Amino acid sequence: MRLPSCLADLTIAIPAWADPNPADWDAVLSEADGQTVYWHAWGGSTTTNDFISWIGEQAAEQGVTLEHVKLADTADAVGAVLTERQAGKDEGGSVDMIWINGANFASMKEQDLLFGPFAEDLPNWQFVDVEGKTVTTDFTIPTEGYESPWAMAQVVFIHDTARLAEPPRSALELLEWSTNDPGRFTFPQPPDFLGTTFLKQMLIDLVADPAVLQAPVGDDYEAVTASFWAFMDALTPTLWRQGRAYPQTGPRQLQLMNDGEIDMAISFSPGEASAAIANFELPETVRTHVFDKGTLGNASFVAIPYNANAKAGAMVIANILLSPEAQLRAQTPDILGYGTVLAMDKLSPEDRAAFEALDLGPATLSPAELGPAQPEPHPSWAERLAEDWVARYGVAQ
Amino acid sequence: MLRPLPLLTTLILAGTVLLGLIGTVLPAIGLGPTGRGLSLDAFHAVFDWPGLPRALLVAVLSGVGSTIGALAIATLILAGWHGTASFRWLERLLSPLLAVPHAAAALGLAFLIAPSGWLMRLPATALGWETAPDILILQDPWGLSLMAGLIAKEMPFLMLMMLAALPQVAEGPRMAVARSLGQGRVAGWLKAVFPGLYAQVRLPVMVVLVYGMTNVDVATILGPNTPPPLAVQVTRWMTDPDLAQRAVAAAGALILLGAVVTTLIAWLVGERVIAWLGRAWVWSGRCAPPGLRVVGWGLGVVSALAVLAGIAALAIWSVAARWRFPDPLPEALTARSWMRHGPEIADVTLLTLAIAAIATAVSLILVIGCLEAEHRHGVTASQRGLWLLYLPLLIPQIAFLPGLQLAPLVLGVPPLAAVIFAHVVFVLPYVFLSLSGPFRAWDSRIARAAAGLGAAPDRVLWRLRLPMLLAPVLTAAAVGLAVSVGQYLPTLLLGGGRISTLTTEAVALAAGGDRRAIGAWGLGQTGAALLPFALALLLPAIAFRNRRGLRHG
Amino acid sequence: MAEGLCLRNVAIRQGAIPLLTVEASIPPGEVLTLMGPSGSGKSTLLAWIMGALPAGFSATGAVRLEERDLAGLPPEARKIGILYQDPLLFPHLDVAANLAFGLPRDRARGRARATLVEDALAQIALKGYGPRDPATLSGGQAARVALMRVLLSEPRALLLDEPFAKLDAALRGQVRDLVFARARAAGVPILLVTHDAADAEAAGGRVIRIGD
Repeated sequence: MRLPSCLADLTIAIPAWADPNPADWDAVLSEADGQTVYWHAWGGSTTTNDFISWIGEQAAEQGVTLEHVKLADTADAVGAVLTERQAGKDEGGSVDMIWINGANFASMKEQDLLFGPFAEDLPNWQFVDVEGKTVTTDFTIPTEGYESPWAMAQVVFIHDTARLAEPPRSALELLEWSTNDPGRFTFPQPPDFLGTTFLKQMLIDLVADPAVLQAPVGDDYEAVTASFWAFMDALTPTLWRQGRAYPQTGPRQLQLMNDGEIDMAISFSPGEASAAIANFELPETVRTHVFDKGTLGNASFVAIPYNANAKAGAMVIANILLSPEAQLRAQTPDILGYGTVLAMDKLSPEDRAAFEALDLGPATLSPAELGPAQPEPHPSWAERLAEDWVARYGVAQ
Repeated sequence: MLRPLPLLTTLILAGTVLLGLIGTVLPAIGLGPTGRGLSLDAFHAVFDWPGLPRALLVAVLSGVGSTIGALAIATLILAGWHGTASFRWLERLLSPLLAVPHAAAALGLAFLIAPSGWLMRLPATALGWETAPDILILQDPWGLSLMAGLIAKEMPFLMLMMLAALPQVAEGPRMAVARSLGQGRVAGWLKAVFPGLYAQVRLPVMVVLVYGMTNVDVATILGPNTPPPLAVQVTRWMTDPDLAQRAVAAAGALILLGAVVTTLIAWLVGERVIAWLGRAWVWSGRCAPPGLRVVGWGLGVVSALAVLAGIAALAIWSVAARWRFPDPLPEALTARSWMRHGPEIADVTLLTLAIAAIATAVSLILVIGCLEAEHRHGVTASQRGLWLLYLPLLIPQIAFLPGLQLAPLVLGVPPLAAVIFAHVVFVLPYVFLSLSGPFRAWDSRIARAAAGLGAAPDRVLWRLRLPMLLAPVLTAAAVGLAVSVGQYLPTLLLGGGRISTLTTEAVALAAGGDRRAIGAWGLGQTGAALLPFALALLLPAIAFRNRRGLRHG
Repeated sequence: MAEGLCLRNVAIRQGAIPLLTVEASIPPGEVLTLMGPSGSGKSTLLAWIMGALPAGFSATGAVRLEERDLAGLPPEARKIGILYQDPLLFPHLDVAANLAFGLPRDRARGRARATLVEDALAQIALKGYGPRDPATLSGGQAARVALMRVLLSEPRALLLDEPFAKLDAALRGQVRDLVFARARAAGVPILLVTHDAADAEAAGGRVIRIGD
């Protein structure tokens, strides 16, 4: 495989276009005009897809064409960038923007696969709630401007009140319920993002001092997770299909709930249940709840690969995502129901009033009911938990 | 000008596979741009994966099981019913299934057979169950649902392949002799017709076997996940953000390739064993076990109805408002899903059909060129040449497509062109398969008669041969379009994610769970594949409405 | 007529067009020859007697074999053997298996079948040819194997559909004599269809001309 590397040498020899300077926004705007941005984003949810195409309409007004490349897994986009680097394609890459967070961000940042820093130079950054929301760290990794937040997420549990009036509000209550009424609960199969989130959420609920999870996995892994694995050993046989099959993604759980196969599901989006009710995807008797000790929260980001073809266009779209108009739309329950990343006190009175006037929908908890978000553990925990879960339960014995 | 075409075609097909394989082997042994020098670390990593034995076993079981199942049902239907009115009815039921893309069929089937699916809703409504039974039907660890889905989808393919090859084995006279010698319908067919016919369809059978062992789309939808079949796991490794996993994926793909080759060899040995048993059966003079005929018919009808009911379910979901378990039908109908997805489906359909049309046109030109070269210059594809033609279908896609992923980037080919090229590699064998029989069977005395009237070979081709073969050429085109529409991995990998077709969209949606979206997209995908078949049937009927000698059936 | 093959009021039509009518009975060991040009419906008649009338044709009348009415019986239950102009040996089976193909199970089982087949090969001067591929046989040899295959299946009547048409002149007489000798020896009624007057003459029985 000599060929790719020689070609890489060749392309370096050709004078490359300089990357746009995020601080010079006018230059960014004029460069972006006429560009096509390929946004690689998970395409498994109709509501998200619709929201992204609405963003596309806004971008078109600024001369940017947005193409949503629908991924089954965010890692596919990371893989595409890696493939291009392997082939020596260091510019004109096929991925302009990725919906990203957590391990994928950590991995890309560590391998220098990202363009930036750009996020804090975006004009709409002025509205972002930097103090109150975890928008500058991503799973404990500082974002340093290499990704721009666009939605807040917090774990909630969706339950069908018609069949489960008093839902469990801790890991141990969950185990008790599932033991008494087996086969009515499941979670997306790790290493799916949401499935891994479930593992983390249980670990946080069970571990004596959640603060140890802020540091990378250390030598005390066994001790820290012992009670968690004992819990999983007890829970697994009581799961839907006795833990021999799992839904592959989050939305698949909703279908199972609508099909009467399960009574409770995990979601990373407080408004998802209300949106699903409005879209006939869930019964009207569905509500959401959180654990007594609180639940995990994090932000969704967009990042731009180092070799993106339309960096300026991608920044324009990242900026649109931060606009009060887009944020309001994202938070509207029957559209998307994602939490905003903006700070209410930084907005104009009209915008603030619009947010306050939002009817969050029948199944969405108010910010007070949601409670404070628990911080995400260091990504190494998610990775280790998912890996061990696969080895223990993910391959039939 | 025609003479080098067969060689060129073989090179395109075999060369692509070979290049891809090299591109897979290098990272697997630690070489190539990302490697750290020759090592077997990647293979060790695969062998350390605790799911490997089960993942391999499920791959082999679903491949072998689905092939035997599909072949057995197709054989029993032909043996018991070919030539009867019931057969013509069943043939009409099965033919459209051939065009139904794998993913759409699997999605429909998944809703049909799930514990909360359509079938279970009938007793549930009758008995007033509020919740679905917690039984493991879909995605069962042994891959039985996957096997059933593959059987339902591959059986029509094998049956129509066998049907196309039947004229070459003198079925009528052989059956007349066999039955006059006192053999019953099924026994006579199995003893006198099947062995020769099997020799004709052996390659398609192996294609089915390889597909069953290595497909990703159907296995993702119907297959187990604890662990998944090896091909699905390899795809996951391939898309892992950790660069080192690429090498692991390559090693896994090669292990899967090894398993495929081993299974193919075992299959060949199995053929010998069956042939030996068959001869012993002939010698014994025994008849067939009673009831085989009815069993074959029953299984054929059940599998056809299952796929059709699955498609019907997709259609209903696409217009469903609220639809809860255990209601057999939605509470109300709404056009909302179509308003929502319709415009995008229309756009994507256009691109999908454009890709399919170009890939099919290229394939048709090459195939007709090859067949015409064979006719004019006697440059026949030997049996070995035929194997090369089938190479892209016999080597698992997952083993050589990842190795090609870099090629378009290195060569600077735009993703759309790369996708079209990849589609040609998979479309061409099917076009060849469906056109070569009728093309060779064409009465070449007509060409000699025309030459006697002073017509040059080109004129014979354009004015006589192709017009007379309009029906098979259109059928081959329809087959090519359907194959192209259904391609998942080539579009995903060579398009670099930028090329969205109905199939990539439908499979991506399957990961979610929005049955309404899946219904709309799945239906769009099915329509795109079926429409060409409808046209292929309709056009010759219109063009030859006054030519009885050119009408069939 | 107590025994043999009887055709009563038989009429074959293609669509609405009448092709031929026959009224005949053939006693065991005797030959009846139907002579007529191609397209006259001779072969269709044979197919009908076999129980496999091709689509597009219709037939009325009755066939009786040894007092059994054959109407509605499937071909395999009629006990009627047939020889075509092609020997139609099964190419995937060796010569011996071809012979064993129609050997009834109540006649012999297990090893005894192999012995019977070997004897039969010796009778047609092909001793030791059992394991041969039928494709390696000469035209005359193949015709003899086809004949023996039919006889081993113990038919109660024999139909001959231009069985000598493809043999060259030297062989034809030889094979023809063998077929008639063997068939007569088997003591079954024989119905020959041909357009060759020499065949009809060699058969030596009654001749019915059709379609002239």
